[in-house]
Parts: sequence; C-alpha cells; structure tokens
Amino acid sequence: MAGPLKKEKAGVVDEGIDVGISRLSEAKIQSVINGVIESETGARLKTYVETCIHCGLCSEACHYYLSHDKDPHYSPVGKVKQTIWEMLRKKGRVSPEFIRRAAIIAHTECNLCKRCTQYCPFGIDITYLMSVVRRIIHKLGVTPLYIQDTAHSHSVTMNQMWVKGDEWPDTLQWQEEEARVEIPDLRIPMEKEGADIMYSVIAPEPKFQAQLIYQAAIIMQVAGVNWTMPASVGWDNSDMAMFTGDNEIMGRLKRSHFETAARLKVKKIVMGECGHAFRSVYDMGNRWLGWSMPPFTIVHAIEFYHDLIKEGRIKIAKKYRPPITLHDPCNVVRGGGLHEKARYVAHALCENVIEMHPNREHNYCCCAGGGVINTGPPFKMTRIEGNRVKAEQLFVAKTKGAEVLVAPCHNCHSGLHDIVHHYEIGLDIKFFGDIIYEVMEKPAQAGP
Amino acid sequence: MVDSRSWDWDTSEKKIPLDSWKAEYQWVEEPYVSPDGEKIAAVVNVDEGEFTVCVNGRAWGETVFDKIWHLRFSPDGRLTALVSEMGEWTMAVNGKAWENKFGYIWEPRFNANGTSIAAAVQQDMQYAMVLNGQPWKQTYANMTFFALSPDGRHTAGAVQVESVDSGEIHKFQEGSFTAALDGKPWDARFVNVWNLAISPEGGHLAAEVRLNLYDYTIAVDGVPWDAHYATVWEPVFNPISGTVVAPVREKGMWGLAENGNILWDRRFFQLWHQMFSPDGSRLAAIVAPSYGRWTVAVDGVPWSATFTKLVTDAVFSPDGQRIAALAKDAETFRVVVDGSPWSGTWDMAWKPVFSPDGKDVAAKVEKKGQYTYAVNDRVWSTSCDAAWDPIFSPEGTHLMLRTIEAGSYVRRIVPVSEIAA
Repeated sequence: MAGPLKKEKAGVVDEGIDVGISRLSEAKIQSVINGVIESETGARLKTYVETCIHCGLCSEACHYYLSHDKDPHYSPVGKVKQTIWEMLRKKGRVSPEFIRRAAIIAHTECNLCKRCTQYCPFGIDITYLMSVVRRIIHKLGVTPLYIQDTAHSHSVTMNQMWVKGDEWPDTLQWQEEEARVEIPDLRIPMEKEGADIMYSVIAPEPKFQAQLIYQAAIIMQVAGVNWTMPASVGWDNSDMAMFTGDNEIMGRLKRSHFETAARLKVKKIVMGECGHAFRSVYDMGNRWLGWSMPPFTIVHAIEFYHDLIKEGRIKIAKKYRPPITLHDPCNVVRGGGLHEKARYVAHALCENVIEMHPNREHNYCCCAGGGVINTGPPFKMTRIEGNRVKAEQLFVAKTKGAEVLVAPCHNCHSGLHDIVHHYEIGLDIKFFGDIIYEVMEKPAQAGP
Repeated sequence: MVDSRSWDWDTSEKKIPLDSWKAEYQWVEEPYVSPDGEKIAAVVNVDEGEFTVCVNGRAWGETVFDKIWHLRFSPDGRLTALVSEMGEWTMAVNGKAWENKFGYIWEPRFNANGTSIAAAVQQDMQYAMVLNGQPWKQTYANMTFFALSPDGRHTAGAVQVESVDSGEIHKFQEGSFTAALDGKPWDARFVNVWNLAISPEGGHLAAEVRLNLYDYTIAVDGVPWDAHYATVWEPVFNPISGTVVAPVREKGMWGLAENGNILWDRRFFQLWHQMFSPDGSRLAAIVAPSYGRWTVAVDGVPWSATFTKLVTDAVFSPDGQRIAALAKDAETFRVVVDGSPWSGTWDMAWKPVFSPDGKDVAAKVEKKGQYTYAVNDRVWSTSCDAAWDPIFSPEGTHLMLRTIEAGSYVRRIVPVSEIAA
C-alpha cells in the first residue's frame, strides 16, 4: 500500500488523546518508542516484522477493511504500516500528529480479534503488533478518555465500573433476596471457603445488569453447584488495562482475581458470558504474572452450560421457540475453541438454530471487543461504520428466519446491539443465560 | 497468639449431633467451629426474611436478624457475624449487635490473638474503618484497601481525599488518594494507594503507591522511597528492626527491596508474599525462578524443587528454622516442607501448621470431597465430610482434630504419634 496518512474525520474529539498529544514533544515520543521497543519487545516483534512479506492476504480478514469497500488503510497490514512499521523505520522519530493517528488506529480501528492471523500465510499475530502500539500510546499518555477512565477504575477498585467495596456484596444480597421470591431457599453464597467453584463476573453485571447475577444464581441452585462469590476485591474478572497497554495494572487485577480464588480454596473459576475477561484470565494476565497457564482451571460460561446440560444437571422444560442465530465471540472461539460447545448449548436449548456465515472461528468480529467499545461515544460511529459487513451477515441470517441473536459475550452483546439498531436489522439479542433461565426446569416445574 | 493451655486437651472425643438442626430450621448454611473446638455454629433461616445463628443446637440470643453473613469465630473464640436489622448493618458478637449501626459493613478482620475486630463501614455514602464498634471520626468519599495492626489497636485504609468525577482522567492522574491511619490521612497525594501494612508497634504505616501512571514505589508514613519502580507489591515490616521490605519490578524482573535498597542479589520472574521469621532474622518469599515455575526462596535462595501451577500458604515454623507451603501441579496439591514435597497428593490442601517445636507439620487435606489430615506425610485413617485446620497442643504431643462425620460434629484429641511417622 502506498499513500498519505488517512485524515481523521472532522469532529472527532477525545480529551484523552487531544490533551495527551498537546503535552508531547518529538524527543519524548522517540524516547518512549525506543524504550518500549528495546526493553519490552524482542524476538517476537523482530520475527513478525522480518517475516511479513507485505502480501496483503490479511486484508480480507478484517471487518473494517471489508466494511470500508476494501480501503487499504483499514487492512491489517495497512494499520501496521501506519503505526509500528513507521515507528521502527524512523527509529521513533515521528510527530505528535502521527501518534494521534496511531492512537486512533490502534484503539478504534482494530479489535484485536485475531481473524487476520488466520489469513496470514505465516500466522503473524498482528494483534500483538497493535498491542505494542497501544503500549506505546499508554506510555505516551495518549489513550482515549473513556477507556483510560475505565483503566483508572480498575486501578482504584479492582473492577471496571467504579463499583465500591460495599456495593458489590450489597448487590449480591439484593439479587439473592429477589431470587428467593422464585426459589425460597436460594443462596448466593459469599466467601464460602472450600466451594468447588468461584463464579466471577464483570462489573457491568452488578452495575447495570444485576438480572444476570439473579439468573446465574437460579442456574447454580437448580444444578446443585457448590459455588461461591467473593465479597472482597478480586470478584471482577474484566480487564480494560489489558487493552490500554497498562500491563502493570493488568497484572495487579489478575493477581487479585487468582489470589481470591486461592484464598477461597476453590478448584475452578467459572466466568460469566464475557470474552475479553477470558482472554485476560486465560492468556494475557496470567502470563504477565509468570504463569504459563492459569493457576486454576478457567471455565467460560459456554463450557459450564455445556457441561451442566450434558450431565443432566439442568434440564430443559420446553425448548426456546424463536429461531436463533449464534455469534462467535473471538476471545472464546478463536482464543478458546468453544465454538462447538456453543452450538451444543444452542441446539440443546433452542428448537431452531440458523447459522450465520461465516461462522465458528471464521466468524466476523462484533467490532466492540478489544476495548473499542470502551473508547466510548466519540468513536461509536467508527465501530458501527466499521462493521457494515457484520450487519450484512446478520441480515442474511434474519432473512433465513432468525429472530434472536445469541451473543455469549458482554462486549459483543453491546456492540451488536448498536449494529442491529443502526442498520435496522430487527433481531433481539440474548445471552445463553437468558435463554437457559427461560427454558430450564425449575423446582416448581420439576416433576416425576 | 491465642493461649491454648486452658483448652480441654484430655477428653479424647466429644460429639455434637447436627441432623436435628435441619429439621428445626428452613435451611442451615455451612458451619464454623470455634478454635477450642467446643462450639459449632451456622447461620440458619427461621422463616421468610428471618435469620439467626445456631450454636451447638441453640439459637444465638433472642434477636432475629433480617440478614446474617460472614459468620466467623475470632481467634479468641468469640462468634461474630455481619447482621442487618431494619435496613441497618453492624457486627454482632456472641449474638449481641454493636451499638453503632451503618449503611453497610464488610471485610471484617481480626488481629492474631483476637482482641480486636475491625471492618470497613459505609454510612451515607461516606467510608471509614470501625474498630471494636467505634468508627473513625473522619469519613471519606471512598476507601479501598484496609489494614488492622498486629496488636489490634490501629486501623488503616486507602482513602480518596480529592473529589474526581468520572471521566476526569487528568485530574485523577494528579493524585486524589492517600492513606489514613486511625482515620488521619497523610498529607501526600497519590494516583493510587494499595495494600497497607501497619508496623508491629502500631506507629507507622506503609503502602504501595503509584506516583503517576508509570512510577510506583512504597510510601512509609506518607513519604515515598527515593527509588521508583515499574511496579511494586505489598510491603511488610520487619517485626524486630521495623524496616520495610517490598517486591519491586525493574527491567521486567522482580527483586526485593528494603527501605528502597535492593536486598537480594537474585531476580525472579515473580516474587510475592514475602514473610519474616518470627524473630525477624530470616526472610522468605514465593517466587518464580524461571517462567512458569514456582517455589519458595529463603534469604534469596530458591528451593530446587519447583512447581507449575501454584505455590501458596507458605509459613515459618515458630522457631523460624523451617518453612512449609502448598504446591500445585496440574490439578493436585501437595505439602512441601523445606523444599521437599510430600508424597501425598490432594485435590485441595490447607495451610500447613507447625508444632510449637517445629518438628511436626500437619495439614487439612481433601480428595474427592472427603477430608482428612496429613501429618509429616502420613495420612490419618479417618475420612470426613468436613474438617477444620489441625491444632497442636501446647506441648506439641497431641492434635485437636475438628470434623463432621455421619451427621455429627466430632472434636478429637489425637496423639501426634498416632498419625505421624
């Protein structure tokens, strides 16, 4: 690809980027870039940079590229060329305006979804290259405001949504009380040392979606799971610091999560329907801390539901009737291989599952993940316009009869909501937990 | 530590049947056992929205609470729980609620001999610590990490002292947090304050601090160390000299620093949970000497045995000469003493316990949902439905084993020689 840097659309204002840029000098930029390259990268970066033959086969993988009529600026290799390659080629001597564009590309035009890695003939992890850019952006203090604020929340509260210490256990008790209307002896057992499972969620659940905790509690109770939730920090498995390149806060969050599990003497950590948290706990955060694999078995909700259904621990009273189509979240499908288990769950719960195409590990990204949705309103249209191809894919599923889109990931859920709404596709969006709660046998229904 | 000499070490077995509890109450939650082994208690549901605690088969005082959680015995044997009545929360001790009530109370903690109980409290969206029922006079808009001094006379918290609205990222980065000891805040402001430690005599407070988004160090009494690091972990005070020691990360590797000076020559892929021997002469930590391998380092020298998944619950013997810990490979735990793993493997193991003379080591262990005890790598012959940590008699000749078997709580005094090799 050749050509000038792509000009940013007029009107995109982000205080995190703009104030950060105003404080930069070229000397500082050079020092930070070279510092990160020399002290924090090594053979991995060198190998990727020297292996890439600039063939552009990664382009067809990227939803931004496909959604922008194959504009090469949005191709993975194009984004690499506009950021890290140029930083390396110029030995860090790039301008503040270049950094501004690099921040926007790395944070809002790449979801770190890894679809492009599958298209690369050499398997180059382009996500890693963009993560190095984000690390540089972090070190330069140019991270977009909304996701930086979220990283600050993580640093103070060890959760994503500024949930205070009392608000978390109070919310669990509130949901426990609500659920006792349905099952009188239901418990959300807090701080139960020696339980088999620690159930962890992301902070939007207590903050905005407490019904998901309610539903999880009903599922646990009916399935007879010996579970607990911590009342201390460490309950939240989310991690936007991973996406801002603030590795030190990422490590702090994951240490808190794993040590809470160790303190509670559980055997497994079961996570709610969140993809990025899985990536943080299963891949990124644990490895920054020195664990090649997590110290506890990590079970994503898809796998947990799969096992509960397969073992007959929850039974389906009546299958879900509206036809569904299933989205494949990148972090648990490309990153965790859970696509067939997701389909097992979907078919066990629903009468009619209509596949969208492409699917499984080849499915398109939601365009919300990788922290992109967390850059907030200034970039909402960037991700909506950057995923027209997803809208087209969903529309085809809709024309085949799908009425409900199942997205077993929080960020996918929110991002797809924006896509469905903007492109007027007309699909309801649900988590697996919503459907399980609706169709499962509950004590009043359980009969001989 | 609690003096166990007055406890009954002569009666070989006492039993309390538990089955009748289930008939008496709507439901019975998981039980807790007193340190002296004489009491077993559980939160029980009396009726819709009515809870009490059942202790040895009897209700806990006359008051029925709307909610009860976090039932625990203090080290000196008092039974405590967080209780709610008419929408207000407080701590109840032996069935009697503290006079002061709060909007919420959480994360209770005891000092080692159980003389003090502290917790975090919220009232009208302001936060403070409460110690033995008395809250701080000062309150804060937010409080995140808490500490109780070893002598039980002081409490501390990481507190927010400057108002920062959501989204004010640059104001946040100027520093809005500090630490408060007994409610009194430091003058210094930091971006973040985490993991506080109070000195043994209670006069000094240390904490992890973040000076800006990139520089971390330890602050003692509000004064940061001169040296800054890529990040740091929790500080601890030397129990004798009063110096402060903390893990610090430089150039991608972890070391141990004392008062801002590097202490151990060796660097590690990870280093945390440093601990002093009781006499302060030895220092150990959980470390990763190579990527993905975990062990314990003593005075900077790692054990040769390493483990893949986890090393946790390290403890010095009372004389400071030995160290025991738990290690996990794949899905199994084992006890490791002075670098030598025991042969027994378990689905779960609990923190090892040394005899007073340090010669014997015991641990509660579990496999396939059945609990028992291992002592010096020999396994007790009885398997149980539940168990609590073993306790050595003052002379170290006997063990108190507290278990649930066949629907009854059982308190046994067993000669160590009956289990140990």
